[in-house]
Amino acid sequence: MYGFEALTFNIHGGYLEAIVRGYRSGLLTASDYNNLCQCETLEDIKMHLSATEYGPYLQNEPSPLYTTTIVEKCTLKLVDEYKHMLTQATEPLSTFLEYITYGHMIDNVVLIVTGTLHERDVQELLEKCHPLGMFDSIATLAVAQNMRELYRLVLVDTPLAPYFSECITSEDLDDMNIEIMRNTLYKAYLEDFYRFCQKLGGATAEIMSDILAFEADRRAVNITINSIGTELTRDDRRKLYSNFGLLYPYGHEELAVCEDIDQVRSSMEKYPPYHSIFSKLSYGESQVLDKAFYEEEVKRLCLAFEQQFHYGVFFAYMRLKEQEIRNLMWISECVAQNQKSRVHDSVVFIF
Amino acid sequence: MEYIDNLPPMDLMRSEKMTFVQLIIPVESAHRAVSYLGQLGLLQFRDLNDGRSPFQRTFVNQVKRCAEMSRKLRFFKDQIHKAGLVPSPNPASEPDIELEELEIQLAEHEHELIEMNSNSEKLMQTYNELLEFKMVLQKAGDFLVSSGNHAAAQETELSENIYTNDGYADSASLLEEEMQPVPSNQSGVRFISGIICKSKVLRFERMLFRATRGNMLFNQAPADDQIMDPASNEMVEKTVFVVFFSGEQARIKILKICESFGASCYPVPEDLTKRSQITREVLSRLSELEITLEAGLRHRDKALTSIGFHLSKWTNMVRREKAVYDSLNMLNFDVTKKCLVGEGWCPVFAKTRIQEVLQRATFDSSSQVGIIFHVMDAVESPPTYFRTNHFTNAYQEIVDAYGVAKYQEANPAVYTIITFPFLFAVMFGDWGHGICLLLGALVLIVREKKLSSQKLGSFMEMLFGGRYILLLMSLFSIYCGLIYNEFFSVPFHIFGHSAYKCRATTCSDAYSVGLVKYRDAYPFGVDPSWRGSRSELPFLNSLKMKMSILFGVVQMNLGIILSYFNARYFGNSLDIKYQFVPQMIFLNSLFGYLSLLIIIKWCTGSQADLYHVMIYMFLSPFEDLRDNQLFWGQGVLQVILLLLAVIAVPWMLFPKPFILKRLHTERFQGRTYGILGTSDMYNEEEPDSARQPHLDEFNFSEVFVHQMIHAIEFVLGAVSNTASYLRLWALSLAHSELSTVFYEKVLLLAWGYDNIVIRFIGLAVFAFATAFILLMMESLSAFLHALRLHWVEFQNKFYNGDGYKFKPFSFALFTDDDD
Repeated sequence: MYGFEALTFNIHGGYLEAIVRGYRSGLLTASDYNNLCQCETLEDIKMHLSATEYGPYLQNEPSPLYTTTIVEKCTLKLVDEYKHMLTQATEPLSTFLEYITYGHMIDNVVLIVTGTLHERDVQELLEKCHPLGMFDSIATLAVAQNMRELYRLVLVDTPLAPYFSECITSEDLDDMNIEIMRNTLYKAYLEDFYRFCQKLGGATAEIMSDILAFEADRRAVNITINSIGTELTRDDRRKLYSNFGLLYPYGHEELAVCEDIDQVRSSMEKYPPYHSIFSKLSYGESQVLDKAFYEEEVKRLCLAFEQQFHYGVFFAYMRLKEQEIRNLMWISECVAQNQKSRVHDSVVFIF
Repeated sequence: MEYIDNLPPMDLMRSEKMTFVQLIIPVESAHRAVSYLGQLGLLQFRDLNDGRSPFQRTFVNQVKRCAEMSRKLRFFKDQIHKAGLVPSPNPASEPDIELEELEIQLAEHEHELIEMNSNSEKLMQTYNELLEFKMVLQKAGDFLVSSGNHAAAQETELSENIYTNDGYADSASLLEEEMQPVPSNQSGVRFISGIICKSKVLRFERMLFRATRGNMLFNQAPADDQIMDPASNEMVEKTVFVVFFSGEQARIKILKICESFGASCYPVPEDLTKRSQITREVLSRLSELEITLEAGLRHRDKALTSIGFHLSKWTNMVRREKAVYDSLNMLNFDVTKKCLVGEGWCPVFAKTRIQEVLQRATFDSSSQVGIIFHVMDAVESPPTYFRTNHFTNAYQEIVDAYGVAKYQEANPAVYTIITFPFLFAVMFGDWGHGICLLLGALVLIVREKKLSSQKLGSFMEMLFGGRYILLLMSLFSIYCGLIYNEFFSVPFHIFGHSAYKCRATTCSDAYSVGLVKYRDAYPFGVDPSWRGSRSELPFLNSLKMKMSILFGVVQMNLGIILSYFNARYFGNSLDIKYQFVPQMIFLNSLFGYLSLLIIIKWCTGSQADLYHVMIYMFLSPFEDLRDNQLFWGQGVLQVILLLLAVIAVPWMLFPKPFILKRLHTERFQGRTYGILGTSDMYNEEEPDSARQPHLDEFNFSEVFVHQMIHAIEFVLGAVSNTASYLRLWALSLAHSELSTVFYEKVLLLAWGYDNIVIRFIGLAVFAFATAFILLMMESLSAFLHALRLHWVEFQNKFYNGDGYKFKPFSFALFTDDDD
């Protein structure tokens, strides 16, 4: 019931919203990051993190410490929190929470398939998978030889099955095809998620459509930039853009014909929300673009917490936490490799 | 006044006098000094490095080492727990070892353990594999035998399957298959056997079916034994499977699927003799391995037991060391970097002991320079420290739960020790229930030594912590129960004969007409004959209601008087003149007068209506009291009291803020700026010191609003708080009525039947209701109401409760579960 969430939301969602807001207050703050950036060794990072919510997850780690351990443990915390929320959730929140993991699932599928293509060990690949995107029989992906088999053997049991219907071809798997598959899957996923949120209605639809539209637009820009100079035709490229978002449909027409980054830039600067991002960019830089997009995303995600009685907070929290883990990974890497001068390059402060 | 000042000091009334001290410790004796101070436990360090993050402090490396060591200790504890050993509770007394030594020892132990673990893990893995192989051999052998018998049947079935399916890949592979030299099996059917987790079987089978497009036969049988999963150390159920299929491609696919499902495949020879030979080999190797494994396990257990012997001692030691370094991190280096400077609070009485300890530390570390210990001034308010014992601690906790007392302000805990259990008992008056509570409290107190050493559940811990409260509560409820003459609501003639008798011999009219008095009053408490009679409820209600008001007025007066002692102690004459005096007048002219009327009415036995008197005292103060007059001159007195009450309100509202404002302007003579000068240099010298002066601005409107709130709260509170004390009556009534219901409507009703089953059920229900509803729920509710009366009605008259607790650096305060 639009506008009346306050009446009924707390019956099922109140407890979990309280939980997620509690989790949010455990996110690292700017002063934490400042302290972390001053660390000399990974031990210092561990010591600082032990005073935060991450403490119990890191306290039993023997030194010497590695970046991967820190990231792994931090991700473990995220996964534990997610599982806690998922087990407490009722419909439709549980479906909403499951939607959040589909993105990771797609990434994992692509990771395994690419890995097997390059003849990596399956166990090794499994360790690299994001734990949120795990599903039963994920390891069986290695058996598949082409897309059709991939679908018929494994993915038909997963929630990704409906998204796959668009890219079933009997073509062999190669890097290009896999990348196209990833983007097609992502497109279908985002559109499905968008429709689901619209169906939920209310503040959830309002906030999630904003966040998802931004996500779709960002993907469109990234696809365009990455496909410049490849053999991907304009029509194929056009097909990979999600059919919603601020850029849909006219922006997509323009992006589809872009041949270099400056054209992308000129077409994007017409959109006020993205104007500020692209105006910061000096010509030909995509590293900075990523950070600018992340910052913009974090800003939008934080705004989701300003409203009550909607599911957007769950999505926002998961995304913010992932950003936090990315930050920690960057800081730890910089510290471990003695590149402290670059430590601020890609850290996005959350609060 | 002289007399009041010369009263002997009450320890618990005011918190300990504290003093701010500075320590200058030479670096070489710093560690020893701080650990001695930790043993003494009477000094609270201030953090002088507040702005610095933990890893920028001086002793960060030592703290890290301690953290690492405690991690190792946790690892040992975990290992010991996993091995199912019980660490010996009393570690042997051994000469103390140095931290460095301990560190080396721990590292050695850890290394040894990890190596042993990895060895045994490897062995375990081989053992598991062999065990699985054995099972596969047994089960798969059965399948093969049966499949041999029905080979012909299966063959036709399989070939049908193949030909009805028109997948091109399979027909191609079938062609290949035909061209290959077929091994012993003529039909081209091969098999893979293996073992897999039971939970995965269904998905595994489905995947196989899909991958081979149904061209396979899946046989499964549950394994006999559970197999230990090396990763999680849990026993898992497994299932042996045999897949029959045809074709090389299918074989690769199936093997891949097996791998991805974590199924282990074992080759099973089809030949029966070969199979039995392998089985024999496997069995013999299994028994060998078992012996090795056992030996390894024994060795490991031995190592763990020897670690477990010292574990608690080591843990304690590491924890102490970590605490010492954490405290050292709060200290600052002085300019020369040769001394550490520390600041902190300590009680005045502890100064000499601290000095002794410091001297000992200097001596023991054979330092040339002594430790300088001197008292300084501090602007910050000192922490609050009450020296409590087993008995008073729980009552102090009750008060602290509301707020920690301001430094040296009157401590309500002193009065709470008696008033709290007493007010509880007024609501819980029943000497039968009181005896039950008393028994419980005595059990807790007698087993105090044993219980305090062990870990209790959260509920038991609460009960145990409040055992002395429970004791006094039960004693007072026995007392109140005797006054109310309640024993599970059975009347008892303890103190002689009743003064009343029934009008008729049958006593049937006691409810309707009442009783007649025929001798002197019952000597103590309520007359037992009234139970169930007409006069019972009116009498008890009137008694309890009036009693509640009397208690309330007395307790509130006590609160206001305590505010006088506070003001006097802190030399605040304004508070006495403009707060204490009008408050006293206001409360007593209204409710003190009511209490007086109640007492006079009790003494004279007058029929006056006190409601009427109190209400018309406000509505028409000059009217004649007529029948309601209790004593001569009452009308005049009422007018005077009313006038006093009306005057008292502006008295407590207006003068204080204006006088404060005048004082402030006089002090600064109209200047609005503070005094410049030395304070800046002072700050630079010791930027983190507690001695930073801060001048507070005087904001008249704020002060006035505060005073207004205070006055209004008091005036309204006087009425509502007095009414609030009526809860004593209400709860007491509820308690006695409930116990009457359970006694008469359950126990007596059941006893009326001449049937043992019904009697027994009645008794059970009665016992259950008494234990859970009356003893637990009712005592809980009475406890909460007594708590409220203390926190709200009593303490808001005088208690600030904005202090902070004294937290000395002490080893004794460490508990086992703080890591």
